[in-house]
Amino acid sequence: MKSVKNHISLILALFSILFAVQIFIINDRALQAYEEKLSSSYSMIVVSTAPISLSQFQQYSSSIKQVEQLSADEMIKKLEENVSPKNIALLKLSLPKFYRIHLSTFPTSYEVKKLTENLKKNSTITKVEDFSSNHDTVYKLLLLFKQITQLFTGVILIVTLLLIAKELRIWQFKHSERMSIMGLFGAPVWLRSAVLFRVALLDALISSCMAILFFYFITESTWTTQQLSIIGIDISIFEPITDGSILLGVSMFISILLASLIVVGYKEEV
Amino acid sequence: MDKVIIAEELTLAYNKDETIINQANFSIESGSFVFITGASGSGKSTLLKSLYGAIKPKQGSLVVGGAQIKNISSSKLNFLRQHIGIVFQDYKLIKEWTIEKNVMLPLIIGGFDKKVSEQQVHKLLSHVKLNHQSGKYPLELSGGEQQRVAMARALSHNPILILADEPTGNLDDYSAELIWNLLEGANAQLKTTIIIVTHHIPDTIKIPYKHLHIEFGTIYEVS
Repeated sequence: MKSVKNHISLILALFSILFAVQIFIINDRALQAYEEKLSSSYSMIVVSTAPISLSQFQQYSSSIKQVEQLSADEMIKKLEENVSPKNIALLKLSLPKFYRIHLSTFPTSYEVKKLTENLKKNSTITKVEDFSSNHDTVYKLLLLFKQITQLFTGVILIVTLLLIAKELRIWQFKHSERMSIMGLFGAPVWLRSAVLFRVALLDALISSCMAILFFYFITESTWTTQQLSIIGIDISIFEPITDGSILLGVSMFISILLASLIVVGYKEEV
Repeated sequence: MDKVIIAEELTLAYNKDETIINQANFSIESGSFVFITGASGSGKSTLLKSLYGAIKPKQGSLVVGGAQIKNISSSKLNFLRQHIGIVFQDYKLIKEWTIEKNVMLPLIIGGFDKKVSEQQVHKLLSHVKLNHQSGKYPLELSGGEQQRVAMARALSHNPILILADEPTGNLDDYSAELIWNLLEGANAQLKTTIIIVTHHIPDTIKIPYKHLHIEFGTIYEVS
């Protein structure tokens, strides 16, 4: 019973860490998807007196992904009733070119400012509309969301690391007696610590299986899918192969580190 | 006769100011039966600990089984310990292991064949009258029974040297007699060198022995 209790305390501590790690992965994935969504909906309007090609635009910033020329035909159509065809033709010639610029990533406020400045260096560009006030609000919200989730993950990690440190002391006490007795009969270090590593690896395996199953069921639940579709983000919460490997790796690393610290910190009883 | 232990100008200390054994000279022949006596705190157990390398000499030389303890490497110390059997007053059994596995410990460390090890363990457990308890755990046994298990463990790998620290200190007469018989038997039949730290040499000892006495940090041979 006592042994099961010892196993459970490490398994739960490891599970908490794995939970925090997976939340961090999901958060990162969601933010990335959200940034992509924002970048696809965000654009700048450039007014130029001369035609500018995509490659010419890209000289000012490599983040410019697509350039779309806005047609002035609809506006001219409205004027056709009141203006003579000759003047319409003159108007068409004198009208500047309107471009909508799409970027590959959602820019920071600084990047928007810098790009605007660069574009204005072109003498043919008369106006750049970057919708900065709208961009700033969205960007600041995104930053706030990022910071809150990072803080949340950080707090979970600190708490669980404290739990692990406590667990380490219990393990040191529990295993040092056996290791000491084995040492008195000439057992080499690897043999003395074999049980310790076996237990640590077993606990790591159990905790990662628990975490994998937990997130697998969360992914499969319709509630989660509904919640994600409400906020308009289509991401995979848990990818069994990649995320499962990360969780297993993290769990194994922590438990091996824990066991190694006990072996390194072990002092022969005199 | 070969000497299994040679101490020359041996000084043992836990710290700079507190010398326990001071410039001791003695030797122990292979196959001998030795008692080390002395008052409480005289340094008997410290001397015993130095013989299995738990304490390194502060000065002088201590050679056990051909190995110089002062600068012995951990791999050589492990090798030396694999040829020593130790019996402690507090038994030092692994609580989470069965009696059978505890007795098998030196054989596991020595890499002996499992079948041979099991046969040896059963033979020794029957010698200490505990064959029927082999599946139990140490805390399920009495103090006397635990010491008999520790004795069986010390003998299991046929060591060249057995070190025993007050092996019968807390035991009932029946268990104490069994322990003495086993130690005498190992010495007489297997020519194992036996070194026992004790307050009192039992009157029942039938075989010739050497007696070292410690007083004020000095080791005397009592004739």
